This record gives sequence, C-alpha cells and structure tokens, in this order.
Amino acid sequence: MTSAPDDLASRGLRESATFDRTTIAAIQRAAETGIYDIRGWGAKRALPHFDDLLFLGASMSRYPLEGYRERCGTDVVLGARNARFPLHLDIPVTIAGMSFGALSGRAKEALGRGASETGTSTTTGDGGMTQEERGHSQHLVYQYLPNRYGMNPDDLRRADAIEIVLGQGAKPGGGGMLLGQKVSERVAGMRDLPVGIDQRSASRHPDWTGPDDLTIKINELREITDWEKPIYVKVGASRTYYDVKLAVHAGADVVVVDGMQGGTAATQEVFIEHVGIPTIAAIPQAVQALQELGVHKKPDGVQLIVSGGIRNGADVAKCLALGADAVAIGTAALIALGDNHPRYAAAYQALGSAAGFYDQFQAGQDPAGITTQDPDLQQALDPVAGGRRVANFLRVLTMEAQTVARACGKAHVTHLEPEDMVALTVEAAAMTRIPLAGTSWIPGQGSW
Amino acid sequence: MSTTFDLATTPLREVNAALHAPGISGDFVIGNPQGAHNVAVGLDAPVSVTVEGHVGYYAAGMNQRADVTIRGNAGTGLAENMMSGTVHVTGNASQSAGATGRGGLLVVDGDAAARCGISLKGLDVVVGGSVGHMSAFMAQRGRMVVRGDAGDALGDSIYEARLYVRGRVQSLGADCEPKEMRAEHLEELADLLKTAGFEEDDPASYTRYGSARTLYHFHSDNTY
Repeated sequence: MTSAPDDLASRGLRESATFDRTTIAAIQRAAETGIYDIRGWGAKRALPHFDDLLFLGASMSRYPLEGYRERCGTDVVLGARNARFPLHLDIPVTIAGMSFGALSGRAKEALGRGASETGTSTTTGDGGMTQEERGHSQHLVYQYLPNRYGMNPDDLRRADAIEIVLGQGAKPGGGGMLLGQKVSERVAGMRDLPVGIDQRSASRHPDWTGPDDLTIKINELREITDWEKPIYVKVGASRTYYDVKLAVHAGADVVVVDGMQGGTAATQEVFIEHVGIPTIAAIPQAVQALQELGVHKKPDGVQLIVSGGIRNGADVAKCLALGADAVAIGTAALIALGDNHPRYAAAYQALGSAAGFYDQFQAGQDPAGITTQDPDLQQALDPVAGGRRVANFLRVLTMEAQTVARACGKAHVTHLEPEDMVALTVEAAAMTRIPLAGTSWIPGQGSW
Repeated sequence: MSTTFDLATTPLREVNAALHAPGISGDFVIGNPQGAHNVAVGLDAPVSVTVEGHVGYYAAGMNQRADVTIRGNAGTGLAENMMSGTVHVTGNASQSAGATGRGGLLVVDGDAAARCGISLKGLDVVVGGSVGHMSAFMAQRGRMVVRGDAGDALGDSIYEARLYVRGRVQSLGADCEPKEMRAEHLEELADLLKTAGFEEDDPASYTRYGSARTLYHFHSDNTY
C-alpha cells in the first residue's frame, strides 16, 4: 500500500521537485528496457492553457444578452474564399483528424454520427477514408498526409473539404507510426502494407518541399476536384506566425493550428512533452499573421481553426475570443466516446494503467474499443450510443460557449474578442497579449 | 480525329474541366504547355491525351484510365499518385516522378531525378535512363525498372516493392539489399520491358533489389 504525500511529508520525507516519482520511474524504465517510450494522448505536463484566461462579463460598460431567450448564433462558414462549395457548419466545434487504424471503424462511425447530428464536420486521418465514416458524416474533411495511405482521387472527390497536413501539435516535425498490433488485414490493405508490421509514416510530403511547391500542390488539388472543395492547411504549433503566413500565401482557404496539448495515437513521450508550443501561445501568432495579410474575419478571408487541449465550452469561447473562427476537438471527443471511463477500471488495471491515466493508444488493447483493431475489443463501443454521447458533448460545448458569449453581450459566439478577457498569469498575458487581471499590463507592451 | 487545346490561348482550368467531362472519350492534344503546372490532372476516362511540349509540376497527377503522352520533359511530381492507365514522357522527368503511385504504368524515356518512385504503392515505373538519389524511398508495392544507374540511397526503408536496376547503384538505402533473380522475376521484368517498349534488353543483365525486412519491427514500443 502506498502512502499519501501528506503522510510522507509528516514523516519528514521530501520528494524532489526535479526528480519526482514519475521522473524516477521513467529513468528506471529506460534503464531496464533500453528503448524510448511511445504513448498516445497529448502533453501531460502543466502548461499555460485556457485556464489561465478569464472572461470579464458585462456590467455597466457592456450590455449582456438574456441567457435563455436572446439569440446567440453559432454557425460558421469555412472556405468560401475559393471553393464553389464552402462548408456551412451549425456550430464552431469540429472533430479533429484521427485515422482509421489508430481508431476502430466503430469509433470513426460514432464520431461521424455525433458530428452529423450537431451539424458539424469530422475529419479522416492517416489511413484513408472508410465507408463507415463517409456514410455517417454529413461534412467530412479529407486529410492529405505525407504518406498518402489510402489516398485516391475518388475519395478526394467524395470529401467536403481537403486538409493538407504538415504537422500536428503533439509532434511538429515528426512522422506518424502505427505499431504492428494495430495493422490488421483491413488496415494493411488500405495502406498497401504487409499485415502486422510496424508502420512508419514520413514526416515530409513526397512530392513537394516548400511553400512555393505547396502553392502548386494546392492548385493541383483544386484542379482535380474542379475547385469545389475548401483546402485547409494544418500545422503543428511551433513557428506559427511564419507558418500561417506561408500557408496563406500558398493559397490555403482555412488554416488549422494544433497546439502541443493536441493528442496523438502513438508518438515518443519526449516528442509529445518537449516539441511545440502551447495552444494559447500559438493563436495570437496565427491571428497576427492573418490580420497582417488582411484575411482575418473577412467573408472572403482565411478562416482559423484551433485545436489542442479543448475540453469545455469556456475553452471554445476563449479560442474564439482570441481570434479563431472554429475549433477542433480530438482527445475530448474520445473521452466523450468512453475513453478512460471508470467502467473499464479493472481492464485498465490489468493493462498496468488506470481509468483517467490510460494513454497506451498504440498498443491496440483499448478496453473501451476505441483505439483498437481487435474485433472483440471493438464490441465495447456501440457506434450509435457513442455517436449520441459525442453529439451531447458537442451540444454542451456549444451551449457553454453561448452562455459566455451572451454574458459578454455578444449575439454570435464568433463576436467574442480579446478585450472580453483578462489573463491570470504573467505568462498567459505575455503569450496571449491580453492584460493581466486587475491591470492594463501586457508584458512587453507599456506599463502598469 | 482528335480535339486540340492550345494552352497559349485557353486557360488551364478550361482544359482540365473539359477533360473531366462525364462520359468523355477519344483523343486529345494539348499544345503550347510551356512548362505549365497541373496539366491533365485528375483524368478518369478512357481517353488518349498527347501534350506537345514540356510540362511543369504534377502533370497527369492522379491519373485514372487515361493514356497520357508528354512529348517533352516533365517537372516535379510527374503522375503522382496515379491509379491506372499509362503516362509516357519522351524526355526527362524531375524529382518525385510517380510518387505514391498506386497502379498503371509510368514510362520515362530519359532520366528521372531524385526520389523517383518515392512511397510507391503499386504503380510500375520504367525509366529509360538513370534515377537520382533516394529513389523508391519507402516504396511499399509496385515495381521500378531502371535501365541506367541509380543514385545514393536506393530503396531506403523499402517495404515490398521490387526494384530492377541494370546499371550501377551508387549506394543502397537502409534495409534495401540485392535479391536473387529467380525465374518469375526474369519473366515479370521481361514483361515490363516489353510493355514499356524496351524489349531488346536482356532481363538477366539486371539486378533485383528489395527489402531486407529488418525495419518491419523496430523494437521501439514500450507498453508498460
């Protein structure tokens, strides 16, 4: 039986802040195995995040809307700049790209069902488009990734939008991996690979190398699909200001910025925790880039979708207030499906984990039936019930964002703006360029 | 009787849109490409298209069913991700020719630059001359024939694609090794050479390369 930290402290024992028990265990594991740790999920360390921001709400100087009767819009249009058929979404919360392969077919179907029920989009991943997903998704964004697994022009034409992926928040600059446990006959067939091998994905696209090439690549995709679809460009948050500028110059209709809290199905722990920047640090950089190019919040402009650690309607509202047009959720959507639910506590324990801690998405043994290709384990997830939970969650996120927006006097959630917020920490104030609460001070900009 | 488009006077968008028309068939000629990018991309019909001149990036990209001939040189990403049909370039091709190609036949009469056949997924590529470095990088499926030499790191991280090279290979990439030429390989190579118009070559003068399969399980997982 382990002792609670308070008991240890009362006995005069002091845990090292530098070498805490998690760190000690990691060193011991590395020394024991000689191999680095791979896991799913996103960054787990404490980072500056949306909790470091607060809304001010209306009072004398602002006029609030009545919470239960006055309209507060939530719809967004994405990609009207060039596409003949832009996306019209009912809510500004979308489902982020997650591959069939990383997720089960049932999980992809459930995400599609949940998104469709609430009038929003879901996204494929590095593994191609499945019929389950296309069939149950009203708006489906088709990811175009470096390895092009399962990529074909028929699916491009069946998509509602195309997202060119340059990176993701959990691993900017890194390629993907799908370990052999999950490379089933179906997954292998879709990816043109032998069954059961560890599948490595490239980190660079095979047929273009820089922003000038990307311009031509975007035009190729437009030509192939007869200029019907919006083209997104997704980047992992790192040098966001420059990346967004280059993406817009290359012709992106929508830019997706994924912060380091964004999830992954399988990446080295060292990558997840040490590469990239937090979501709140990336958004202002992206907005500045769009503003300087004159395409921010314009009908024919370039929309910004933000992802990476969005958990509730307050996070959604804060993203929008910082300047995003919409957000995307991944990890939170999996939790809504049933990931890390206490009902699987015994199964998690048998795997050496615990409900609330499970992150071994690469292993293919997920008792919740989400991150697995095992036909028996997949039965744990009912795609209809799962879809309903995702839809419920999306509705709650939207209603919570509306609640905040009304309190700030906004008739549409996208009318939220930076001046509706204050920062709780100096770090958050510096990153978001929002004043520290109770002051007018933004680090680096003027005085107290 | 063929239909002719002149890219000097007709916008590329109109040309590609015409070639995407439902139920289209027949022969088409595209004149004055002058290095234009994205010529004849996304075709999905049993048509014959001849491009009279040099083209830029992604010519015949994602081709399905069409037979495309380019009388000139081709830029980066020639016939990328092609699914079926044939693409034939009479000159040279720049880098990433046939990238991620899934089916059909790509023939380059001259040389192909770096990364030819990168991430190959089922396409057959026949190069009359030599190929540059990193060719067949991570090639998964399909076959690549090189009548000349290959540059550095041929077949790096290759999966199950089969490579046939007649000339010198500057160096092999990680996990790529020479393989025995068994009767079935001589036979399939003879077929490929014949289909591509190089039937005078002796298949026995080629060396086969493929995966040593040492990277298939890279022992980096840790689930504890």
